[in-house]
Amino acid sequence: MKISIQREKELVEYEYTLKDATLLQVLESIKMQEDKTLTFASGCRSSVCGSCSMRVNGKEILACSYKVCDGDVVEPLKNATVLRDLVVDMDKAYAFNAKAKAWLKSQPTNTLLSPEDEKRNEVQSDCILCSACYSACPVYSVNEEFLGPFALTRVWKYVSDKREGDAADKIETVQSSGVWDCTLCNECSVVCPQEISSKADIEKLRAKSAQFGFMDPSFGNFGGFGSNDGSPVF
Amino acid sequence: MKTDVLIIGAGGAGLMAAIAAKEEGASVRVLTKEYPTRSQTCMAQGGMNAALGNVGEDSVEAHIANTLKSAHGLADEEAVRFMCSEAPKAIEWLDSIGVCFSRTEESKIAQRALGGASAKRACYAQDYTGLKILHTLYDRCNALGIEILSEKFLLELLKDESGHLCGAKTLNIRSGNIESYEASCVVLATGGYSRIYGKNSTNSTSSTGDGIAVALRAGAKLLDMEFVQFHPTGLKSSSILISESARGEGGYILNSKGERFTNELAPRDEVSRALNAEIVKGEEIFLDIRHLGEELIDEGLPQERKLAKLYENVDPVHELIPIRPVAHYTMGGVEVDKNSQTNISGLYACGECANHKVHGANRLGGNSLLEIVVFGRVAGKEAAKEALKHQVSDASKEQNAVAFSFESSENHAVDFYAIRDEVGDLFYKNVGIVRTKEELLEAQKRVAEINAKLDSMGVSDNSQTYNTNLVEFLEFKNMLQICEVVVAGAIKREVSVGAHYIV
Repeated sequence: MKISIQREKELVEYEYTLKDATLLQVLESIKMQEDKTLTFASGCRSSVCGSCSMRVNGKEILACSYKVCDGDVVEPLKNATVLRDLVVDMDKAYAFNAKAKAWLKSQPTNTLLSPEDEKRNEVQSDCILCSACYSACPVYSVNEEFLGPFALTRVWKYVSDKREGDAADKIETVQSSGVWDCTLCNECSVVCPQEISSKADIEKLRAKSAQFGFMDPSFGNFGGFGSNDGSPVF
Repeated sequence: MKTDVLIIGAGGAGLMAAIAAKEEGASVRVLTKEYPTRSQTCMAQGGMNAALGNVGEDSVEAHIANTLKSAHGLADEEAVRFMCSEAPKAIEWLDSIGVCFSRTEESKIAQRALGGASAKRACYAQDYTGLKILHTLYDRCNALGIEILSEKFLLELLKDESGHLCGAKTLNIRSGNIESYEASCVVLATGGYSRIYGKNSTNSTSSTGDGIAVALRAGAKLLDMEFVQFHPTGLKSSSILISESARGEGGYILNSKGERFTNELAPRDEVSRALNAEIVKGEEIFLDIRHLGEELIDEGLPQERKLAKLYENVDPVHELIPIRPVAHYTMGGVEVDKNSQTNISGLYACGECANHKVHGANRLGGNSLLEIVVFGRVAGKEAAKEALKHQVSDASKEQNAVAFSFESSENHAVDFYAIRDEVGDLFYKNVGIVRTKEELLEAQKRVAEINAKLDSMGVSDNSQTYNTNLVEFLEFKNMLQICEVVVAGAIKREVSVGAHYIV
């Protein structure tokens, strides 16, 4: 059986014999037996560390939980600089967590949370920061500063948390290059290995933004009030 | 720029230390060979112990007694008392920064039973406890503006003329350059060494004991390195962990005849030995959680179901899960005092790479997450206090980029990956669950032979940038060094105690 791997300069085809194997197992066997320069990242092998995210046939997957098929084409994530072969530089992506102020501001103690309260952001707190959603997001082709799906899901996790007594700061932070820049295309939800829907979280953040008096800037500009250079008015 | 405190490792212990040091008023920098959130901590599933008594009666005294019993006399009672007494406050703090713990109907933090515990004591977040704690710590680091630099591999600890630690030398994995980071104090939080057992370990491929090996080379004392915990329920073919909570919730362990043969909730060393005895008899071993029902499995053990399906092609709702005991946690580490201070001035350690004498000969399930939070805080705070006594000089030299020099060759006489696998299997068999003097000596001899042949092994990839072959060779050499210490310690300890079982 064969798979093709995007190396530094070209797509290279490799034979493999492992049956019913994960992509990570196949990559490891190629590296051990054929080519020690093959470069990829991995860690836990059990889909919780997020290290081995890459693309197969154009779709984001975790190499440790994807079963290889004959003819698969393996490529690095998009929207990030390739460091070598299947490894990309995640620094910029990670930095959006801080830019979006994805943390609990209030720090209250002994808040009573019912199982229902906990369920409100249980799925969002399953995120493993594999950046599959970040790679799949089309917004980056027009706005490189977009806070992006995982950071916005993280913001919703804290905004929706009963323990957060002061969400205003976060809501304000996600107005620019944030919730309104999303096209709601849902690509992020499709590729998430943890079944998180960032699109749905962004929609909830939009509703919350409206409660805080913010509105979609593309509507705000229709009347032509404020500046007359055509730029959005906030 | 020099910082007050330099932390090496961005798992739970390292991030906790960073937060504590920052809150103490120190400038902090964290280095990791991976990214924050990708460490071993994210794989901790079962829970974090604290005698809250949210689900039935419990007491700090009972927690202390259970921990000491499991430690078989090798723990320090004062350290254990401190850790267990701090546990409720640690949970309260984690709750205050937003960790999404599972809840009871009374709106309290839910707790469940783990092996060796006299009460339902482990606070959990489904079976993602470590993941959710780690990510929330990372978010808190962001809130505090803590600098975390990724893909820096620790090469060496730096000392000044007086022997005080003053920084670390790392390999920038991306550029292939050597970098030096100066600091008044250094905290090691680099994790354990379970990967010396190769594929016979539940751990991430990164648990290669780098920090311990580097500390040893710098003159640090290591303690009780021969104590390695084997977890009873690794998946048979991949060694991937099925959480102890599967047994805590009521799962059975069965042999090929479908018989239960051990107390599933005894401490891990006892259960692993019972499994090993059956395996030696030729039995296959299974974990059975079918009777728990689909609803409970999906609510409390969703990862377990996913992993069993993926790696063993079985659905635990309807089928038995094939398992075997595999290396899971290393109790040994750099010896530290109650302030997390090592024997080297300016060097602190916390987490699995350190030995705070709280686990002794066998760690209790649910105490490792507790340890990283409680002692991560101590290490960060103490390192910061010490560092703030010293003046941070701005005299740190501008350094020119120096490439890490290594020789690469297409043709090495010996493939180190093959030796790495061989050592892993050898240690599993000879320095594993049950040990004999003869087998230990044989393993020691083999490690010495390999060391003598190191020159015939090396790096094949000649790339300066992102050379994983080079990093893995450096990790392999660190592991070999650890192997020597582990097997020597096992030979020296002639009486069975806890996880060290010698016949």
